[in-house]
Amino acid sequence: MIPELGQLALILALLMATLQCVLPLLGAWRGNATLMAVARPAAAGQAVFVALAFGVLAYAFLSFDFSVAYVADNANLALPWYYRFVAVWGAHEGSLLLWILLLNVWTVAFAAFSRHLPEPFAARALGVLGFISVGFLLFILLTSNPFTRLLPMPADGADLNPLLQDPGMISHPPMLYMGYVGFSIAFAIAIASLLGGEMDNAWVRWARPWTNVAWGFLTLGIVVGSWWAYAELGWGGWWFWDPVENASFMPWLVGAALIHAQAVTEKRGTLRAWTLLLAIFAFALSLLGTFLVRSGVLTSVHAFASDPRRGIFILGFLTAVVGGSLLIYSLRAPKVAAGKAFATLSRETLILVANLMFAACAAMVLLGTLYPLIGDALGLGRISVGPPYFGFLFMLLMAPALFLLPFGPFARWGRADAGELGRVLRIVALAAAVLGGTLGFLAWRGSHEFRALLGAVATVWVLSGVVLYARKRWHEAPAGRRYPAELAGMLLAHTGVGVFLAGALLTTALSVERDVRLAPGESVRVGAYDFRFDGVQEIKGPNWLAQQGTVSVFDHGAPVTVLHPQKRTYTRGQVQTEAAIRPGAVRDLYVALGEPLGSGGAWALRVYDKPFVRWIWSGGLLMMLGGFLAAADRRFRAQRAPQPAPAVTSAPAESAA
Amino acid sequence: MSRALPLAIFLALVGLFGFGIWWNAHHDPREVPSPLIGKPAPAFDLPVLGDPAQRVSKASMLGKPYLLNVFASWCFACRDEHPVLMAEAQRLGVALVGYNYKDEPADAQRWLAQFGNPYGLVIADRDGRTAIDFGVYGAPETFLIDAQGVIRYKRIGALTPQVIAEQIEPRVRALAGGAP
Repeated sequence: MIPELGQLALILALLMATLQCVLPLLGAWRGNATLMAVARPAAAGQAVFVALAFGVLAYAFLSFDFSVAYVADNANLALPWYYRFVAVWGAHEGSLLLWILLLNVWTVAFAAFSRHLPEPFAARALGVLGFISVGFLLFILLTSNPFTRLLPMPADGADLNPLLQDPGMISHPPMLYMGYVGFSIAFAIAIASLLGGEMDNAWVRWARPWTNVAWGFLTLGIVVGSWWAYAELGWGGWWFWDPVENASFMPWLVGAALIHAQAVTEKRGTLRAWTLLLAIFAFALSLLGTFLVRSGVLTSVHAFASDPRRGIFILGFLTAVVGGSLLIYSLRAPKVAAGKAFATLSRETLILVANLMFAACAAMVLLGTLYPLIGDALGLGRISVGPPYFGFLFMLLMAPALFLLPFGPFARWGRADAGELGRVLRIVALAAAVLGGTLGFLAWRGSHEFRALLGAVATVWVLSGVVLYARKRWHEAPAGRRYPAELAGMLLAHTGVGVFLAGALLTTALSVERDVRLAPGESVRVGAYDFRFDGVQEIKGPNWLAQQGTVSVFDHGAPVTVLHPQKRTYTRGQVQTEAAIRPGAVRDLYVALGEPLGSGGAWALRVYDKPFVRWIWSGGLLMMLGGFLAAADRRFRAQRAPQPAPAVTSAPAESAA
Repeated sequence: MSRALPLAIFLALVGLFGFGIWWNAHHDPREVPSPLIGKPAPAFDLPVLGDPAQRVSKASMLGKPYLLNVFASWCFACRDEHPVLMAEAQRLGVALVGYNYKDEPADAQRWLAQFGNPYGLVIADRDGRTAIDFGVYGAPETFLIDAQGVIRYKRIGALTPQVIAEQIEPRVRALAGGAP
């Protein structure tokens, strides 16, 4: 009975979403305040019903209700309660429900914090959000119902994919979806401004904190995903340019560009059309990610089971949302250049160049991801491109943006002071050459990898620019107003870029990876460390049995740590490798169990020395914090328009006419 | 016009995705067409695993059809495939020849000793040079070669009882029926 309540709640949510979409848009068009006022209650009602449906599904998992097909497919009696809860979004249907739940969280937040906006504007934005809800709720109800019953009811269920039975999986999808879905607010605001023909740029200021927070969550989601792949997949890699990873990376790139473009439009009024387009693209790419993962158009290691009906539905929905918004854009986008003029050497130009690089990079990732499909379409056969393509082009396209990064904050709006930029260039170049060169040489000597040198130089280049600007503010701004949240967020995020660069390039250059056969008592030297294999024992977990190895690590004879890599066999027979990792600020030591070899207790082991790998994720976390911090700036807090009679109050008059 | 450009590009993408859905509904993505099907197998001359003095060539295999199964001791998927071969080898109705790919002979022999040897004959391509002529992507892969030395079928990835029953056995029967 209870699962049917979930089904019913979804249907009621769909009705609410339809109201939230149609009536406020109609009201804003006709200037009818009563219809516009429906937006907020409808959004709240929808959120209640979606939360109820989510709660019902969670309850079905926690109470082992195997009569629900989705529960029987993804959980069993031996699965601990926290993984049963995670299993709610462990497969296609439930993850869609999570998507729609988070969309409702964002919508309710926007409804609550948009009371200072002109009523027609908020009504249009909420109407657009309602449209997105309608699409996803229909998708769930028509093609992917999580409450479908299974008859007869099995005594026990299958198992949650063991890859997903990991703490990283508890937070990865919610964070990632918070980011994806969060771009819907910037999108809805952009469409509302296009529909309303807003001529001033106030809407950009309203959109900025939402964009920053969504981007921060997306960053966190990607970081957690990367860390999870590193710890759980047992390959020791942190990024694979897999289609599904790319699907999250493209909105991230466009989102980063959007954050910068919005700053330009808000402060100077320029680049309006570009900012609108980026807001549409950021959300379009989030939807595209959902499409690519679920439609089966691309085959990927972690694609959800594909079903052509689902593919056709999402494609239709994608066409409606993105095609519709691009059509509105082509009809309504500002046709005349507006805002203040800027010189060739100005902050606007630097941001625009970086923006184009981000956009080109997103296009490059999209092209690479779709390559197999393009190959089929043109009859060239199945071609796919891999990490060499992505890695090389990514570095190439990002290099100009990184080169400009130290100068951005120094360049003034409108016209930059060439003398000051020259001074910054000299200091940054000197620091990068001397400090970066020295550190890079030390790293290079051990590995003879040019990327080690490059990593150190690039990191010092970026970080010295950040330090230089922080110092300038310290000397020039009055105490207490030196680092407002927006500026501090920018510095933090740029620091994150530097830290990430060090991590990514040094890890790639300096990692030592060995696949070895070790009998108990034998040792192998990897990097500066000796790893001694002390044999394998059997241990038992809640729903798995494992072969657990013991590996003692020594640094020139001194014991460092003891690692316990496992090879688990889950109740349903799936085998899963659990790597053992000794984390550290400057290096991770990483051991994974391969296969037993022969009868003498020998095993194949993968032993890695991964210097600076944590810096990759630390850099990402700093970028995330920067995004959150900037969003908290006082300038973005709700403030009622001071003028007594804004143009929007003429709405009732219009409806009377 | 330039304001409509994003829309035009997007619609082109939609066309591509629509094609992708249609294509995937009509093709098995695991089936990568091999240009070698229907063509004579490339000439090869490789040593027998564990007995390098004895060599096997394409010419010496002519006259009877055989199933050439590419495997390696380093290949995880081959371990999944192995029990299927052990169970099905007898009733294939055709000789099963192992093609040990880029492997240390000692590792391969230990692997076969541990898990069993379903092959009537195993040839070793230690540096993988000949595998390039066969267009081998990776292990496991399987080729059905007829009595005239022509490749009739190729499977990329592990064989399953279903693939053997639906893809290989009908072809083997057809070959046997066609023979005098």
